[in-house]
Order: sequence, then structure tokens, then C-alpha cells
Amino acid sequence: MSNEVTAEILGTHILDLAREGRRLDGRGLDEYRAVSIEHGFVASADGSALARIGHSAVVCGVKLEPGKPFPDTPNAGVLTTNAELVPLSNPTFEPGPPHPRAIEVSRVIDRAIRAAEAIDLKKLCVTPGEKTWVCYVDVHVIDHSGNLIDTGSLAALAALTHATLPAKRFGIGEDSPLAVQHFPVETTFARLGDAIVVDPSFDEELACQGRLTIATDEAANVVAMQKGLVGAFSPEDVKSLAERAFRHGDRMRKLAIGG
Amino acid sequence: MGSVGAKEVPVLLTPDGKRIDGRHLDDLREIKIVAGALHQADGSAYVEWGANKVMAAVYGPREVHPRHLQQNNKAIVQCKYNMAAFSVDERKRPGLDRRSQEISKVIAEAFESVIFVEEYPRTSIDVYIEVLQANAGTRCAGVVAASVALADAGIPMVDLLPSVAVGKVAGQIVLDLKKEEDNFGEADMPMALVPQSGRLVLLQMEGHMTADELGRSLDLGVKGCRAIYEKMKQALRDRYETGAGPAAGVAQ
Repeated sequence: MSNEVTAEILGTHILDLAREGRRLDGRGLDEYRAVSIEHGFVASADGSALARIGHSAVVCGVKLEPGKPFPDTPNAGVLTTNAELVPLSNPTFEPGPPHPRAIEVSRVIDRAIRAAEAIDLKKLCVTPGEKTWVCYVDVHVIDHSGNLIDTGSLAALAALTHATLPAKRFGIGEDSPLAVQHFPVETTFARLGDAIVVDPSFDEELACQGRLTIATDEAANVVAMQKGLVGAFSPEDVKSLAERAFRHGDRMRKLAIGG
Repeated sequence: MGSVGAKEVPVLLTPDGKRIDGRHLDDLREIKIVAGALHQADGSAYVEWGANKVMAAVYGPREVHPRHLQQNNKAIVQCKYNMAAFSVDERKRPGLDRRSQEISKVIAEAFESVIFVEEYPRTSIDVYIEVLQANAGTRCAGVVAASVALADAGIPMVDLLPSVAVGKVAGQIVLDLKKEEDNFGEADMPMALVPQSGRLVLLQMEGHMTADELGRSLDLGVKGCRAIYEKMKQALRDRYETGAGPAAGVAQ
């Protein structure tokens, strides 16, 4: 049987299950897979974490280096987020220039960090207009088993909250913790028929009729959203998903900041 | 947003609730839609929306390039949203940047949600959006133009796809942000609505909103989309009902 046919059969099965309030892996509709975070996974990074949601695994490394500020924001640091969906993470990924889906993952993670003002960029300024810290957040997907946005944003938040400004290495003073002032967390939902499940698995993402990511901060703000894939959500869906996102976000935030 | 250490913040809202261009909180900018504005395309539309100028063209259903993207059970929808180098104050480097690619992806997915793709297996429906002059809300203007262009091309769809951005400016929820409001406001939320089902097929957001503000923004956006929906239908009527003939052209 071709992949197309098996995917179609599996998709139909997933939708049938969802109609009865069930999921392929036995989870409830509003239940995440097991979440774990290992802080400081990469010693060569200034902040890092390995986050797992179910079988999805993402390593995030934060690197801080002195650089030049943008001309239009002379008093602010620079933040760049990049996500790589490397070919080892999934049989469907090929080497080459970044696929739009990788670009979307990085931009959605970046948007939450930026919009929540997770990092006080003004504090990264060393000499206005000349020298500032540039904060690179590199998200490396090593196992794609669904819901990369949540896994990646969790890894990023965990890496940032434990990052060190390596001032000594660059002769700009003493090392200090990177000042993280807000803590955005992304919560992703997928529509399966009339049901809307949290934390879609790889197969659920293939079968779903629309995906919605809602990023929340610790002060009960929605800071970013992204609807993706083919499908639709009503405004009432979005309102109730925001409430669910606040609840999941609080739990994830504690895990990311944790130990 | 993105205003860290930036230039002076203009007064975005006067004490009597008027916006920087004199609009009320729930007013749209002026919108002009021309269906059938290009000669070569299978369908096209031109939109002037405030100070935005956006052209959209649709080609297809036609053969898929590259071939491996072809789907045996449906048409694929490909979208290229592009900003001209001269469309913004500071010249934009031409070519596909990451922002354009992300926008292209979510717009393609939005249209695939309303087009009857299963009627055209093994083909591609290509949607091209060119932003000629930009003043916030270009992806929404692009969706509106592309949607009218798809209708002009005779592509069967569930419905047209009106689109608008809602945002938060000086603490207030406002409809259809212009550039200053986008740059210095507290939140921006573009959306596209399927009027028939009342569902959203495009939704993005960046900024700060409480659950209550989010709810009010969604409601205001739906209202805005429904107003734009009427203008889109009128544009198609103007092209096909009055017997005015094809290709009214941009200049007219």
C-alpha cells in the first residue's frame, strides 16, 4: 500500500476516535503527552535545554555574542531565533534550504519571545549605537513526532531562563545571568472533526483540519497566535482555546523555569 | 511593537477617541477593489486599501511544477506573497525573506481551506500577491485581492475570504491598523473569515491582549470582515453584472 493510502486510513481512524472523545495513543482530548526538560544539555552554549513532549525532542542552545545594534534601535540588543528541522528528525525531511514549515516554526517561537518581551533588550545594550549583546536562540529539532512549536518554545524558554551573559569571555566585565523578565509558553491545538485536541502528535497533525497555537505569558496575556494548516476555527473556538492555553501554559511555564 | 528605543511615539488616540487619521475605533480605511485588473492572468484583482496598493493574480488549475508536489486526490494551492523593493520607506531587499515565506504559507493554507481542491486532482492553483505600496495590513489586502482574483478565475470555492487586522492601540481595541498604529500599538491580529460558516481560516496575533480583549477583538474583526465581504461582492458584480466588460484596469 502506498503511503498516501495508509495515511488516509490512519487519518480516518484518528477522526473516528476523536468523535468518541478518544485518541490514538490513549490520551484525553485536553491532555499533553509526557513532558520533560533537561536544563544545560549543551555545555558549549551559554544557555541550553533539551525538551521532550512525547517522542518529539528539541535541543535549544542560546549563544550570546557582542555585536552591533540595528541603526533604528541603537539602545537595544538584538534577538534572533532560528529553527532547524534537520533531516535526522524525520524521514520526510530533506537537506536543503529551510522549508516553509521550518520557517514558520522559528517565526512563531520568535514571535512569542519577542511579543512577550521575555528578554529586556535594553539591558543587552553595552555602548549605545555601537556595541550590544546579540542573543541567538537556535532551536534544533532532533526528533519530530508532532507539535514542534510547543516543544521548541519550551526548550527555548528553558534555555533562556538559565542562560549566562558571558561577559568575561569578551572582556566586558563579569558574567551574569541573562535577565529574563517574562515567560511566554506556546500551546498548540488541532481540530479533529468537532473535537479540538491539545498537543497534536505527528499523525494527528497530518489528519487535522487546522492547527492553532496560542502563546500566553505569566500575567494571563495572550502574546501571540498562529493558525496553520488547512482548516478553520470559529471565534468562539478561539476564545475557549485561549482559556485552555492559559491553564496548560501555567503548568508548562513551571516545568521550563524549574530546577 | 519592535519599538524598543525607537523614534518618538506619535499620539495614536485623541481624548475624544479619534485615531491618528481621524477614524473611529471601528472604522475601516477606504477600500477600492477592482476585479479583473490584469490581462494575462486567469483571474486577477487590484486593491487599494488606505495607503496599501496590492495586486493579485491567479493561474490555474494548471500542471504542477515541480512535479513531485503533485497530489493524486486534489489540487495543491501555492501562494507567493511578495513585497516590491520600493513598497516601504526603507528599500526592502528584493526576494523571498522569511516573513514573506511564512505569510505565503498561511495564506495558501487559508485558501486551500475554502477552495474545492478535490475537483482538480494533479493540478496546481497558483496565487501571486504583489505588494506595490505598503502601509500595514498588506497580508489582509493581499488575501482580499487574491480571493477576488480566485473568483475572477472561476475557481469554485465555499465562499470569498474577507480579511482584516484588529489591534490594540493606546489601550483600545481598534479595527484595521495603519502603519503608525501597527508600529507603536500594543497588539496586531490579522484574520480572514469564511462568512458562510463564520469560521476563521487565517489567524495570527502578536502583542499583548487579555482574554477579554481577545474576545472583543475577534468580534470586531468578524464585523470588519463582513463589511469588506460586501465590497468584494460588489467588485465582482461591477465586473460581471453591469456588462462593463473585462479588465477595467488599474488606472481607471
